[in-house]
Amino acid sequence: MRIGVVTFPGSLDDRDAARAVRIAGGEAVALWHADADLHGVDAVVLPGGFSYGDYLRCGAIARFAPVMGELVKAAQGGLPVLGICNGFQILCESHLLPGALVRNDSLHFVCRDQRLRIESTSTAWTSSYEAGQEIVVPLKNGEGGYVADEATLDRLEGEGRVVARYLELNPNGSRRDIAGIANERGNVVGLMPHPEHAVEPLTGPTTDGLGFFTSILKGLVEA
Amino acid sequence: MARVVVDVMLKPEILDPQGKAVEGALGRLGLEGVTSVRQGKTFTVELDGEIDEERLAQVHELAGSLLSNPVIEDYVIREVTS
Amino acid sequence: MTRHPDTVADAIAHPEREQPYAELGLKANEYDRIKEILGRRPTSGELAMYSVMWSEHCSYKSSKVHLRQFGDKKPETDKLLVGIGENAGVVDIGQGWAVTFKVESHNHPSYVEPYQGAATGIGGIVRDIISMGARPVAVMDPLRFGAADHPDTRRVLPGVVAGIGGYGNCLGLPNIGGEVVFDPCYQGNPLVNALCLGTLRHEDIHLASAKGVGNLVVLYGAKTGGDGIGGASILASETFEDGGPAKRPAVQVGDPFMEKLLIECTLEVLHAGLVEGIQDLGAAGISCATSELASNGDGGMHVVLDKVPLRDHTLTPEEILMSESQERMAAVVTPANIDAFLDVCRKWDVDAAIIGEVTDTGRLVIEWQGEVIVDVPPRTVAHDGPVYERPIARPDWQDALIADAPSSLTRPASAEEVRATVLQLVGSPNLASKTWVTSQYDRYVLGNTVLAQPEDAGVIRVDEESGLGVAISTDCNGRFAKLDPYNGAKLALAEAYRNVAATGAEPLAVTNCLNFGSPEDPAVMWQFSEAVRGLADGCLELGTPVTGGNVSFYNQTGDVAIHPTPVVGVLGVIDDVEQRTAMAFGSEGDVVLVLGETRDELAGSEWAHVVHGHLGGVPPQVDLEAERRLAQVLVAGSRRGLLSAAHDVSDAGIVQTLVEMSVRGGSGAVVVVPADVDPFVLLLSESTARAVVTVTESDVDALESLAAEHGVPVSRLGVVGAAGSDLVVEGVYGGTASWSLDELRATADATLPALFG
Repeated sequence: MRIGVVTFPGSLDDRDAARAVRIAGGEAVALWHADADLHGVDAVVLPGGFSYGDYLRCGAIARFAPVMGELVKAAQGGLPVLGICNGFQILCESHLLPGALVRNDSLHFVCRDQRLRIESTSTAWTSSYEAGQEIVVPLKNGEGGYVADEATLDRLEGEGRVVARYLELNPNGSRRDIAGIANERGNVVGLMPHPEHAVEPLTGPTTDGLGFFTSILKGLVEA
Repeated sequence: MARVVVDVMLKPEILDPQGKAVEGALGRLGLEGVTSVRQGKTFTVELDGEIDEERLAQVHELAGSLLSNPVIEDYVIREVTS
Repeated sequence: MTRHPDTVADAIAHPEREQPYAELGLKANEYDRIKEILGRRPTSGELAMYSVMWSEHCSYKSSKVHLRQFGDKKPETDKLLVGIGENAGVVDIGQGWAVTFKVESHNHPSYVEPYQGAATGIGGIVRDIISMGARPVAVMDPLRFGAADHPDTRRVLPGVVAGIGGYGNCLGLPNIGGEVVFDPCYQGNPLVNALCLGTLRHEDIHLASAKGVGNLVVLYGAKTGGDGIGGASILASETFEDGGPAKRPAVQVGDPFMEKLLIECTLEVLHAGLVEGIQDLGAAGISCATSELASNGDGGMHVVLDKVPLRDHTLTPEEILMSESQERMAAVVTPANIDAFLDVCRKWDVDAAIIGEVTDTGRLVIEWQGEVIVDVPPRTVAHDGPVYERPIARPDWQDALIADAPSSLTRPASAEEVRATVLQLVGSPNLASKTWVTSQYDRYVLGNTVLAQPEDAGVIRVDEESGLGVAISTDCNGRFAKLDPYNGAKLALAEAYRNVAATGAEPLAVTNCLNFGSPEDPAVMWQFSEAVRGLADGCLELGTPVTGGNVSFYNQTGDVAIHPTPVVGVLGVIDDVEQRTAMAFGSEGDVVLVLGETRDELAGSEWAHVVHGHLGGVPPQVDLEAERRLAQVLVAGSRRGLLSAAHDVSDAGIVQTLVEMSVRGGSGAVVVVPADVDPFVLLLSESTARAVVTVTESDVDALESLAAEHGVPVSRLGVVGAAGSDLVVEGVYGGTASWSLDELRATADATLPALFG
């Protein structure tokens, strides 16, 4: 299974996302921001980092990259897309997901091992988990506060589109402790924490993050 | 030579922790009675030639899609000089 | 630009013109020397170049004579692939891999503008590393501030931490260690030292030289503006006037996104073999890069300054030469490779301009608007700057300081008093949890961080296939160095060496950042010369060469200098990072043992400092042979899988080590003070060459044999408890002192957030 990982100028966790794909048993395909071509991959990861230095707004410039034109079309057609951290910001700026990510309410960048609950296992990226499963995954962001108006938040909750929620401590002021959401179809998921940093016991707090990558591979095999 | 100035502010209902931090600081520095501070951005765009209606419409479109995020921000074109 | 520049022709025609050499930081004798070298007065541009390159920060004029010892006393080793003199030293770690590492200071700029000062410090050290051909893989920050509760510390610390995080996180470099130390002596002179580690294959090593007549000199990266004009000579070479900062305009502003692009662009051109020589632009900007490249190469260079891409077109040529705009590099490229080089720059959206070429004239010639404004022998600018033998005088208060031993200080004499004392120490700013700081840094990016703070050393995996990795620690106890600079430097080396070994890595090489007061003060020069002598002697004895480092002088406000603070960084190698030893207590039932010998040594200790505000006496005895043997046990024990945990003993002695191991591991222990040992001394003395380890019961004999084999004293102290159990110390003046993990954690966690928000 070929999973594309996009590199924008300033992307940082692209290598880690690629490693997570490989550890899960897939083939990671490097996609370049300036190349308007998805090269026939089966799914795409938009990785964490500081694309364009987070200048203007996080993800605001990356969202207009040539590769994004193809990506938006493909996602609307059902291609699975996982946006991690900066990737989540890019998905919101592209309107593939509702809402926006704003500055942490503490005004500090925070890097911590964060406890989460997986709220929905019916997305392409979370089917390997149990509903309600609690996992620990690194979180590292300065602009991770998820916001949306009440109607949107109610709809997300009502339609089971909240994918993950913060437990024990809300690290950034996200509304309703939301750590990740999905689109209506469940193929596009945005997640603030970094599952790709929790795939090896040697370098991560747990290996709880691997499920995001095994889910997609499992789903692709079954498709 | 033409100039367009665009102000971008967070929508009123969006929490503005930076504005709050500035509010606190003003108070600590002796300015009494501050009831609110909101922080925004100003873009000063200089262009060759003149600004006609078509160009202005383009600026509006980009102000609403690149310079501001309509989910959380409003923009106002404060000044147009040709 | 209609202003007529001061040309070489003008300098010859008008030798009598007055020049503001003093305002630029040059002394009269230095100005005379320049005239002697050139055979005429310098042009304004040349004066600017010499003033910046001959400043203390760039030329090391007060320290060179002492730093020679690092070369003279270099231990025999075949692991040093590049030694002192280049941007950073390069060490062979095996399997065809090499690492380069260096620590630098950005002290004065961080006092003036904390965020940007700290941020650009990271930028500078990272560029040093990439100019060696290495990919930067980690950073660490030894930080020192004034009193934790002083209002100015509240101004400086948060900005510095935000700046380090803001720049380092955006570059994608994990922050894996460092220190946060508070002491009133740093109040007007915080120390912001930045270390960067890079990895490379042996064949990728690049040196900063311009070879090949006709090769092109390319300036690439950010455009040049008015940042930091004269920063090097003005800021770092003068002490502050009492009353606070006033030098704001000279501080450089960083753009980490540009630096990220610069890293990728540079590594790509290096790996594609498109570069003959490379140099980063740091202090003294273009002056430094051109003179150093020329000086290291065939000896000549011709530069057309008009070609420099400018952000600010009002800059004079002198300002362009002095500008310290960040995120710029210079490369020497053959005409055959230039197109490919520029293509890579375009791919990464990095500006590049050919500004000159290599010549064989032995002169650095710079033109502006068609006229020659600089014509100098590059060696005299870059390498043959003034060398001073500053007067040295042991301070007249040194004897009194040493005589003021802590023996008369009241010691706790009951279990309750020991319990309370420990809690006081655990919550004191130097020992309290640094999570408030370290959680603002990304420790995970790149996915190769095996251990990070608060562990003894930062450990990075270098080779994902084989598990080869390195460990780094930076340490310095400024109080010990004040009491005895010679041994204080050795003690800093010993601590870093021990910390590296505690993780299971074999110490290999050393870097250093020597932070001192004014070199014009003979007492400070005595401290400096003693510290350098101590570090050089120590490195020779331990067999770990100094690969490079940094000197920061003028850290004083008025007459009061900081404690001599020779920060030492030690790098070690682990063959397989899976074997590393961490500090969290092992499993319930594991035996707790102490390696090394404890003596009554409280001078300069955290206890004396926190409880009594006392600094005096003779610091703990340094025994490098004992450190070496201890390290052998820690490394061998780690390799053989004997150690379920290891943690070095340093600040606040064994009890602090036990507290940290229990809180980290989530289980306490029951520890017993032997009947013939004074509890206070065992728990709080800061004797060196000690570590606490935990070992499963069945491995204790093997560990004790290993220790005996290496002549390291070992004694059982106690047993690890169940998850959540208390830390209990029995045999304390007839009673028991115990602390719950909750209270230890709460006490340690509360301090920094309460101070800094």
